[in-house]
Amino acid sequence: MGTVVHTVFAPGFFSSDPVRLAVVTGLMVALVSGALGVFTVLRGQSFAGHALSDLGTLGGSSAALAGVGPLWGFVGVGVVVAGVMELFGTRQRRSRDVATGLVLSAALGLSALFLYIGTTMDSTTGVTVTILFGSLFTVSGGTVPLLVLLGAATLAVLTVLYRPLLLGSVSAELAAARGIPVRLLGLAFLVLLALATALSSMSVGTILSPALLVGPAATALRLTRRPVAAMALAGAVGTAATWIGIVLAYDSYRWPPTGRGWPVSFFVVTLVFALYLLTDAAARISTARSRRRDQDPQYPTAAPAPAGVN
Amino acid sequence: MPGQAAATAPVLELEGVGVRLGGRRVLDGVGFTIGPGEFTGLIGANGAGKTTVLRIVMGLQAPDRGRVLVDGRPLARRKRSVGYVPQQVVVDPDAPLRARDLVALGLDGERLGPRLPSRRNRDRVEQMLDAVDAGHFADARVGTLSGGEQQRVLIAHALISRPRLLLMDEPLANLDIRSGQEIVDLLARIRTEQGVAVLMSAHDMNPLLPVLDRIVYVAGGRVAVGRTDEVVRTEVLSRLYGHRVSVLRVDGRVLVVSGQASLPGPAVANAGAVRTLETGTEAGTVERL
Repeated sequence: MGTVVHTVFAPGFFSSDPVRLAVVTGLMVALVSGALGVFTVLRGQSFAGHALSDLGTLGGSSAALAGVGPLWGFVGVGVVVAGVMELFGTRQRRSRDVATGLVLSAALGLSALFLYIGTTMDSTTGVTVTILFGSLFTVSGGTVPLLVLLGAATLAVLTVLYRPLLLGSVSAELAAARGIPVRLLGLAFLVLLALATALSSMSVGTILSPALLVGPAATALRLTRRPVAAMALAGAVGTAATWIGIVLAYDSYRWPPTGRGWPVSFFVVTLVFALYLLTDAAARISTARSRRRDQDPQYPTAAPAPAGVN
Repeated sequence: MPGQAAATAPVLELEGVGVRLGGRRVLDGVGFTIGPGEFTGLIGANGAGKTTVLRIVMGLQAPDRGRVLVDGRPLARRKRSVGYVPQQVVVDPDAPLRARDLVALGLDGERLGPRLPSRRNRDRVEQMLDAVDAGHFADARVGTLSGGEQQRVLIAHALISRPRLLLMDEPLANLDIRSGQEIVDLLARIRTEQGVAVLMSAHDMNPLLPVLDRIVYVAGGRVAVGRTDEVVRTEVLSRLYGHRVSVLRVDGRVLVVSGQASLPGPAVANAGAVRTLETGTEAGTVERL
């Protein structure tokens, strides 16, 4: 028994402080990302998630250069960018795509400069990797309470705004007809999305944060049609991927090639992807099965309706 | 219970309503009333001002002049007694939102905080879905519904809060002829069942002619109001447009044509099926209704 446990959980796993902090951080990040991820799909705003993470790199790198924690940079830039995006509209017309892409690349270029200066000046070589790819094991004990507080606040606001946000996601017209202040609501959503992106950047880095936002949500959408259930499931999928990722990353210190461990982010994102493929395959098999049943002459009532009927 | 007076008092009154948008006069001296349970068509060409009328009634556009009363009171205080159905909604087909979820949002979509599960609300949603014949796709995702199915769900969404007036913005514009006819039939039935008046905008009045009680014809920012046979006449519409138009009746369908026109004998047989027809007369163009 003891050996089995030790094969999965390497010795020292449960008594390690970085592991504990990573487990708490990972849970909070996964819950927030799951809920916001589902809303991002509902509102058709996954582009906004990508833009926020690209610009989050700028925030993280300038924070590192200024010597403050990256979370501050992620949150600060994210919230400002959310405001700017609301001003210009995130459901953009095609003609603006090129300009937007250019702005995002420019921001990444600036981030590259900041990261380079930061790395060469004080020889903390880890900062580039931490910001771009995250490092759950290096989240400092002082950051965790702040991170948990931000996550809880994000979830609380989302709970309060849930119904108007849901209606506004279906149709801004419908929401406006009920007297809901649609623009204000859109801004509130982008700020929440900025916070979620900041948190997931802490977990898996800015480059991979869209994966944590959209991946578990996409998996949940294969499994349920109910909005609240989808958010809970997405949170659960994200948490599972993160926690299993933490265990594997801790184990990987005994793995080749270097014996210095594999990055947690690699495991988390790979697991998110694997879980998606698994549920997608299962969903496809079950649709194929029900389609075969529909085509069976023994089920005449399930035959496809003639064109024009609904 | 409202008394006899309340039961017959108009659900909507517009009086001398005028609007300018970007320096352009969109509506000028628009006035009409809608009685309880009446089916009114808001008819006019694209850009005539139909949508502006609807936006004013919804309270999304403040008129520069005139009065708008819903249930006899100024608009701001009576928001809940107007239901609204947009032309269509665009939702990702994967989005986790069932038809019944959208109908439920019609009860309390503007409220803050989590929704407590309630047997009464669930039953009400179920009833409403049945009333619009949407029971069999109640659990389908909204993004996967056809245009006609989506319209039914949106009607249920609008009616579940028991408004006295239902506003519909070009509901037939994106539907094939058969689904459009089904929606018109549904509305004709449901307005009696639910005791709701309907104000529906359309650029083609023909599918609505059998069910309309009254018509509000919009042209050039002004309106002509009355029963269809009173309004859709050559003299009335010519006065409204400010130039000569002709009303042609072909196979029970109505065409409004600019200029002086009549259909010569042989053309009549096919004309009923066309919207824009190149007439052999001096009229030249046919207004798209």
